[in-house]
Amino acid sequence: MSTATATPTSTHTVRDSLTMLRRNLLHARRYPSLTIMLVAQPILFLLLFVYVFGGTMGAGLPGQEAGDRSDYLVFITPGILIMTVASVALGTAIATATDMTTGIIARFRTMGISRVSVLTGHVLGAVIKTVVTVLIVTSAAFLLGFRSDAGLLDRVGALALLLLVAFALTWLTVGMGLTADSVETASNTPMFLVLLPFISSGFVPTDEMPAGLRHFAEYQPFTPIIDTLRALLTGAPTDSDLWVAIGWCALISFVGFLWSRRLFVRVPVK
Amino acid sequence: MTATEPAIQIAGLTKSFDDHTVLTGVDLTVPQGTVYALLGPNGAGKTTIVNILSTLITPGDGEIRVAGFDVRREAGQVRSSIGVTGQFSAIDELLTGRENLRLMADLAHLERSSVGPTVTTMLERFDLVDAADRRAQTYSGGMKRRLDLAMTLISRPRLVFLDEPTTGLDPRSRRDLWAVVREQVADGVTVLLTTQYLEEADQLADRVGVLDGGRLVAEGTPAELKRLVPGGRVEVQFAEASALAAVAAHPGASADPDALTLHAPHDGSITGLRRLLDGLDDAVVTSLTVESADLDDVFLALTGHAAEAPATEEIPA
Repeated sequence: MSTATATPTSTHTVRDSLTMLRRNLLHARRYPSLTIMLVAQPILFLLLFVYVFGGTMGAGLPGQEAGDRSDYLVFITPGILIMTVASVALGTAIATATDMTTGIIARFRTMGISRVSVLTGHVLGAVIKTVVTVLIVTSAAFLLGFRSDAGLLDRVGALALLLLVAFALTWLTVGMGLTADSVETASNTPMFLVLLPFISSGFVPTDEMPAGLRHFAEYQPFTPIIDTLRALLTGAPTDSDLWVAIGWCALISFVGFLWSRRLFVRVPVK
Repeated sequence: MTATEPAIQIAGLTKSFDDHTVLTGVDLTVPQGTVYALLGPNGAGKTTIVNILSTLITPGDGEIRVAGFDVRREAGQVRSSIGVTGQFSAIDELLTGRENLRLMADLAHLERSSVGPTVTTMLERFDLVDAADRRAQTYSGGMKRRLDLAMTLISRPRLVFLDEPTTGLDPRSRRDLWAVVREQVADGVTVLLTTQYLEEADQLADRVGVLDGGRLVAEGTPAELKRLVPGGRVEVQFAEASALAAVAAHPGASADPDALTLHAPHDGSITGLRRLLDGLDDAVVTSLTVESADLDDVFLALTGHAAEAPATEEIPA
């Protein structure tokens, strides 16, 4: 319904989005187990990869004489952080799908509010949850011995990039949540986002992969994102990957936003 | 909306879902400041009409104006003018009653400084002060309904839709809700409600539309409708067969000697009832029941069939 955007109600987008954000954060506080599960998973992967595989993997890292467990920790931290972001985005798909099963969504649709605010509330909430979970996972990496020469500007840049990724992935998972016919589907569909970092430069250098897989790994969005994040976290200079990463985020955000908005206006009342 | 324009104006409204026709051509007008009741069984199309008027679903054919706006082209303005309480609870169960009301006050774009006081007033008015800081999940059915209604009315809409507002409520909660509707009417608010109960329409509505199979089969004031119906029944239970025999000759009455009961038609007048009772002695009567005409009677009279839900469920659109 194109009429919805041409009405005076769209002038309330900011206030309505903040109201919906407050609702989203209250939900997270009332139902913390989902958030806890989403943080626990990347931390478990971090421990597993560093302590189980870390010794062997560290020795195999290129460009170093005898890499060890601590080198591998530095290598995988960016990948783990991206998994954390994807994990929070997965939680948003579940939250959106759950929300759609409740009667209050029908009420929102009959009110003179900015319609997209129902969705922006979820996205803004996810960005805030990402900040919290990324800080927790980064603290875990530091406890395991992660050290960095990165300056303040690089660190701020790393956080900004993570938030950009969170924003992009969340618009995509909001759409997945809206299109899912059940909460179970909504928790399965976005699983590939959590697994995709494994087939990227996140856990092993892509050069080591067989040809077909290597091509996929080099061209999928997570590789330039993780490479840029790694450069920012270690204080190394960023290259053209930075712009590729930003481009991917912008594209995914844009497509995810249009898709979600269209779905929300169209999906009938359940 | 100008002062004389009707709050709701529907002409030739149709609606189908796939190849299932739900509304076959409905015309109705609701003047401002009045209460209109849509009466009908499950599947008659009541909820579909409310969903179309509240912009939740799009109409098929027909001209539909709500609060002076076209529901297709001016959906946003329609939404800003109405309040809706649906058939199913539309509250946020994870939030407390106070948080739910605050959410609605903010979404209604009330002045920020007036949000707090307005929420407090609504909690008091809907008797939710003690439960204000408990999660709505823990509320009883009646409390959820009250919260739901308070959330609808906090924006002070001039036109309110209530879809089966008292279904599943106990008699006391039902009366409380009726009182709220009357207060709204006293403030000049227009109300369109749907119900399965003739009594509810009778209590609240200025005009009643009887919906059956997707069209209005009758429309009028509650009194006009009741005149179309053959009326109620009186059932008298006797202690002994001889007493039953003494009144069995009452006009139109049928006696059941085995059950010791007498069924007599009743037109709702005191005179008719007195004529029957004059023939009775208090000592021999064990119980006396007066039943007014119910929805089934109205349906039977108007449509020639009982008010049973058809085999197909009402589509929850």
